[in-house]
Amino acid sequence: MSRTPAEAGRAPRRVVVVGASAAGLAAAETLRREGYDGTLTLVGDEARAPYDRPPLSKRLLSGEWEPDRLALRAPADLDALGLDLRLGTAATALDVPDRTVRLADGSAVPYDGLVVATGVRPRRLPGDERAHVLRTLDDALALRDRIRPGCRLLVVGAGFLGAEAAAVARQAGCEVTVLEPAAVPLAHAVGERVGRVLSEAHREHGVDLRTGVAVREVTAGGVRTADGEHIAGDEVLVAAGSLPNTEWLAGSGLTVRDGLVCDAYCAAAPDVYAAGDVARWDHPLFGTSVRIEHRTNAAEQGMAAARNLLRPEARRPFAPVPYFWSDQYDVKVQAYGWLRGHEEVAVVEGDLSARRFVALYRSGGHVTGVLAAGMPPRAIRSWRQAVATRATWQETVENTTAAAT
Amino acid sequence: MSMRVELDEPKCVASGQCVMAAPEVFDQRDEDGIAILLEERPGEELLDGVRDAVAVCPAVAIRLVEQ
Ligand SMILES: Cc1cc2nc3c(=O)[nH]c(=O)nc-3n(C[C@H](O)[C@H](O)[C@H](O)COP(=O)(O)OP(=O)(O)OC[C@H]3O[C@@H](n4cnc5c(N)ncnc54)[C@H](O)[C@@H]3O)c2cc1C
Ligand code: SF4
Repeated sequence: MSRTPAEAGRAPRRVVVVGASAAGLAAAETLRREGYDGTLTLVGDEARAPYDRPPLSKRLLSGEWEPDRLALRAPADLDALGLDLRLGTAATALDVPDRTVRLADGSAVPYDGLVVATGVRPRRLPGDERAHVLRTLDDALALRDRIRPGCRLLVVGAGFLGAEAAAVARQAGCEVTVLEPAAVPLAHAVGERVGRVLSEAHREHGVDLRTGVAVREVTAGGVRTADGEHIAGDEVLVAAGSLPNTEWLAGSGLTVRDGLVCDAYCAAAPDVYAAGDVARWDHPLFGTSVRIEHRTNAAEQGMAAARNLLRPEARRPFAPVPYFWSDQYDVKVQAYGWLRGHEEVAVVEGDLSARRFVALYRSGGHVTGVLAAGMPPRAIRSWRQAVATRATWQETVENTTAAAT
Repeated sequence: MSMRVELDEPKCVASGQCVMAAPEVFDQRDEDGIAILLEERPGEELLDGVRDAVAVCPAVAIRLVEQ
């Protein structure tokens, strides 16, 4: 194989970014900002100009906002990037030795630097061509169209997405039932105690939350559970997690394992980088391989991948403190760090039962995460520092609780 | 040519990312964390931080426009 531009010390002249959403756009913008003036092809399978997803389950779904508020960039800002923009066109294959991306329209685009930012798609259930999912603007508009007072909505999955949609639908007057296979919603993500407290909001708002209920299939009039029970509903929303969009990389030789596997620099191979929901990388701060479906991570990783691609000699490990927020009924949840797989949770401010609290998460001997609900948003930022500096659990928590008692 | 920062306040989700990227230009309200613009026309030396803020704002609430 010939030497890569990076190995030869040459700057890339043809960069292709696949996936025209938060991560891909951040990568494209950063390349230009860092002085890259070669060809920049941005490929996206959605026909619409790049838009933002978090409002899809919040203010777009509630009808407070119309689609024009979701544009990721103003048309003039997008134009200013001088892109070879291929919207409505999927990438279908990647040839690494040949350095080309094949597109659904039959064309092949050569690259000497590539950013993979193809995100994720909803996990499906048997029979769910009749059901709603919530990933694209069209998905959200279709669901919004059905959210009417009295409509019986079944939400399959009580994760953050399902919970947000349930809250919006309930506030619009739907009869909402949420079906969740786990005993406690969100327990795997935020722990049992916090998960339980957050999910109580459903019941307080008149949503019928049924836990320990696994849905086997979507039927013409509702869903059937693993136990064979039929639950009737007018509309079904499947919010049962997501799968990385990596099928187009099959046969490329790149390693795919729940995401495109990258090193600590977001590189999957020489001159091939990944960013956003699709990327799995070794996170230096948490000592583990992570894949993060958060809006800020998409932008930050797009930026980091672009910088490492342009200047491999000055490359830097991507070691952000992940940030996430979610609006559940009237409570804002915010979290920093890596909460999954934690070993202990301690409430360090406020009161769990009042749904106003700050909770710290421990893995090993360190503070690895913090979650705040119903607190003034600034309150959590001082705790972020403990995560960023890998503060020891003992000093951070025991000093705090000692001071509080 | 000078640059002006635009903050679309109703879009802000109170993440505080802008304050971390450009503390001289952004702050947050105490009560609800909504961003406050401290410098509508930041000097040249602050623009890099503002561009970072534009890029990382998870609500797409910040724009940098040429005057
Ligand atoms: C309804 C909803 C609510 C959310 N709320 C929050 C929230 O409150 N807080 C938070 O932190 N995060 C939230 N998120 C997550 C956040 O939106 C994502 O982390 C972010 O969109 C990831 O950006 P991305 O660019 O990596 O991937 P995506 O946004 O998934 O973009 C990938 C793009 O690539 C395209 N694509 C896929 N395959 C191909 C191919 N073969 N060829 C060409 N193009 C392809 C896709 O169609 C898509 O346009 C939410 C997500 C959704 C769906
Ligand atoms: S980064 Fe954006 S969303 Fe976060 S506080 Fe600043 S303006 Fe608001």
